Amino acid sequence: MAIDILMPALSPTMEEGKLTKWLKKVGDDVKSGDVLAEIETDKATMEIEAVDEGKLLEILVAEGTEGVKVNAVIARVGEEGEAATGKPEAGEAPQPAAEAAPAEKTQPMAQASSTVPAAPAVKAEADPDIPAGTEFESKTVREALREAMAEEMRRDEDVFLMGEEVAEYQGAYKISQGLLDEFGARRVIDTPITEHGFAGIGVGAAFAGLKPIVEFMTFNFAMQAIDQIINSAAKTLYMSGGQMGCPIVFRGPNGAAARVGAQHSQDYAAWYGMIPGLKVVMPYSAADAKGLLKAAIRDPNPVIFLENEVLYGHHFEVPKLDDYVLPIGKARIHKAGKDVTIVSFGMGMSYAIKAADELAGLGIDAEVIDLRTIRPMDIETVVNSVKKTGRCVTVEEGWPQGSVGSEIAYQIQANVFDYLDAPVARITGKDVPMPYAANLEKLALPNVGEVIEAVRAVTYR
Amino acid sequence: MAVRPATEKRTRASAPTSGTKKPGKTSNPTVNYQVAEFDKDDEFKAYHDMLLIRRFEEKAGQLYGMGLIGGFCHLYIGQEAVVVGIQKALREGEDQVTTSYRDHGHMLACGMDPKGVMAELTGRQGGYSRGKGGSMHMFSREKQFFGGHGIVGAQVPIGAGLAFANKYRGNDNVSVVYFGDGAANQGQVYETFNMAQLWKLPVIFVIENNRYAMGTSVSRSSAQTDFAKRGESFNIPGEQVDGMDVRAVNAAADRAVEWARTGNGPYILEMQTYRYRGHSMSDPAKYRSKDEVQKMRDERDPIEQVRKRLVEKGWASEEDLKEIDKKVRAVVTEAADFASADAEPDPSELWTDILR
Repeated sequence: MAIDILMPALSPTMEEGKLTKWLKKVGDDVKSGDVLAEIETDKATMEIEAVDEGKLLEILVAEGTEGVKVNAVIARVGEEGEAATGKPEAGEAPQPAAEAAPAEKTQPMAQASSTVPAAPAVKAEADPDIPAGTEFESKTVREALREAMAEEMRRDEDVFLMGEEVAEYQGAYKISQGLLDEFGARRVIDTPITEHGFAGIGVGAAFAGLKPIVEFMTFNFAMQAIDQIINSAAKTLYMSGGQMGCPIVFRGPNGAAARVGAQHSQDYAAWYGMIPGLKVVMPYSAADAKGLLKAAIRDPNPVIFLENEVLYGHHFEVPKLDDYVLPIGKARIHKAGKDVTIVSFGMGMSYAIKAADELAGLGIDAEVIDLRTIRPMDIETVVNSVKKTGRCVTVEEGWPQGSVGSEIAYQIQANVFDYLDAPVARITGKDVPMPYAANLEKLALPNVGEVIEAVRAVTYR
Repeated sequence: MAVRPATEKRTRASAPTSGTKKPGKTSNPTVNYQVAEFDKDDEFKAYHDMLLIRRFEEKAGQLYGMGLIGGFCHLYIGQEAVVVGIQKALREGEDQVTTSYRDHGHMLACGMDPKGVMAELTGRQGGYSRGKGGSMHMFSREKQFFGGHGIVGAQVPIGAGLAFANKYRGNDNVSVVYFGDGAANQGQVYETFNMAQLWKLPVIFVIENNRYAMGTSVSRSSAQTDFAKRGESFNIPGEQVDGMDVRAVNAAADRAVEWARTGNGPYILEMQTYRYRGHSMSDPAKYRSKDEVQKMRDERDPIEQVRKRLVEKGWASEEDLKEIDKKVRAVVTEAADFASADAEPDPSELWTDILR
């Protein structure tokens, strides 16, 4: 049975090419690996290799022919004595360089449908009720994070902590203080200074079903590891058709600390917030830090948990409950109000809260929303608030272009445009690398005055 | 870094004795020519498994030419002895395997279904990743195959992470992670070497030195071309192995697996191999001569070596071998038919498997 040799596609974009040269002539014996012809693709001159053996029965496209379409029959190979027909045999499958694949079974790829199916709606759970009479105790964010890790490590043997100085040094920021003593060196692991490597090892361990907590001394250093976080941790569930999964938490301080300059002062909320396959959490209060870190450790997905060095020592009231777990993806209304919605998260909340206090003195009743989770974002809570207030100001330390505030502004105009009484205002860090000089650093960060000014602008007061 | 020709120059060694604790030399200047004793069944299986990979890859090349496979497609033709020889030393479904984007051969060697692999290449719903991964991104939990990674070198710490999990759980599984001579110059490889040795992780680093990192030859890209030495400063034992001889590969793999499984930490195997085709389907491979490729095919072909032995020892007739070839072709044709006829993923798949 003669076999049609087809013009092959030899690059992802090739549609046609030039048949430059035949290296075999009619009557020649052809064996596997022999170069039959040279073709010119859109990128290079390529060789067509034979796969099966036989005689070159006929050449249907002369050398030098330009614009030969991909999958056109260019020659036929078969056994001696087979008829040269000058056209493909009826009913036989077209085939580049060899064996027959039945054409009638071949389903050409469908045209991409122009209607994209709608994204499934994500509904965030509400926070669990705190039973009446529950005691609260004052704790720092640092203590809350430590308790969250310790509780989860007690609960699940598969949870372990790795990172630089997490064990014997007791944590560069003392978040992991005492954990080595309680859990031992098997589960609290000092790594070398090698972010790219240990992030990847964490991902591999998570693929195997363990639940690593990978601490970055700061998220600035996670830039070295960002390929493993995005390409390996975030995308593999999708690329494996749901087989793999990567239950890992990447956590550490994020954003500006104080006077540490451009390379150590950066907010990654918007960076990671863009990536499908990640959850991104950025708590402000100690209670949220505890409840959300516990949730992050239990979550079967990779979670980016963005802390803040300045907040580590701040005290907050934390409910005294055995197992305080909060839902990822749910915003918290920090303070109800009717005149304007201020949306923030993480360190930005400290500006927002102070601004709201001062605005109250000016007779402006601000609603303050703590987003808590950047991805998936609880836009419903924001939108419901704006329906009531008609005005919104966002506050964050990150840069303006492509910021979290930009996304919120987009969502508001897309969802509740008719409710708006003023354009959405956005307070962000300035569009500069973080300067070292104390005065310049102060200017580069958002401040309470800017938030107040923005609120007055959108409320026309 | 010359791959030595002439099989008859090799010294034969008996199959490795189990329980040996002696690592390979850390600075072996020559290729290790010790070969495992293969009995008739071993030779037949090696022949079959390597032929399956070769025919599968040839078919994938054809389907690419027909436009049924898109994007990038990296064929394994020429390197078959590496995965087949190593897989023989592993416990299928327990020991983990991770590799780069040139992964079709590794998946077949791990026992994954050719239909599922080919259907992933054509982006169909019956593919291992339901059409959402493609040639470079496939996985099988059942076979403990952890990809299929598209970023050069990224699989190396992941493979060590799987080994970390073995050690953490206290089982004696080993993790094998393959990467190329090109990836061997990535920084994360050395970060991983350091931690793997520091923590004595049961991981075997298999460097498939096929001489070209895309179009850049080893001598133009590497200051140290003896890749077995790349772990030397971490005290990771390493050996250079004739990666065209499945018996040599298997003997080295047995040593490495024994080393890692018994708690001695990582091991490096540099497999001196060769890819016949371009880096990917669209690579014209102008950076090497046709003679170089032809010489390899004629003198060193891994499948031909086994075929010759089978015939010379009187273990197989030409008819027997034709029968195997026929069977393999039938499997590959069935895979190609399935991969061509299967439906594309349902549009709703766009939104699934992003989060659990």
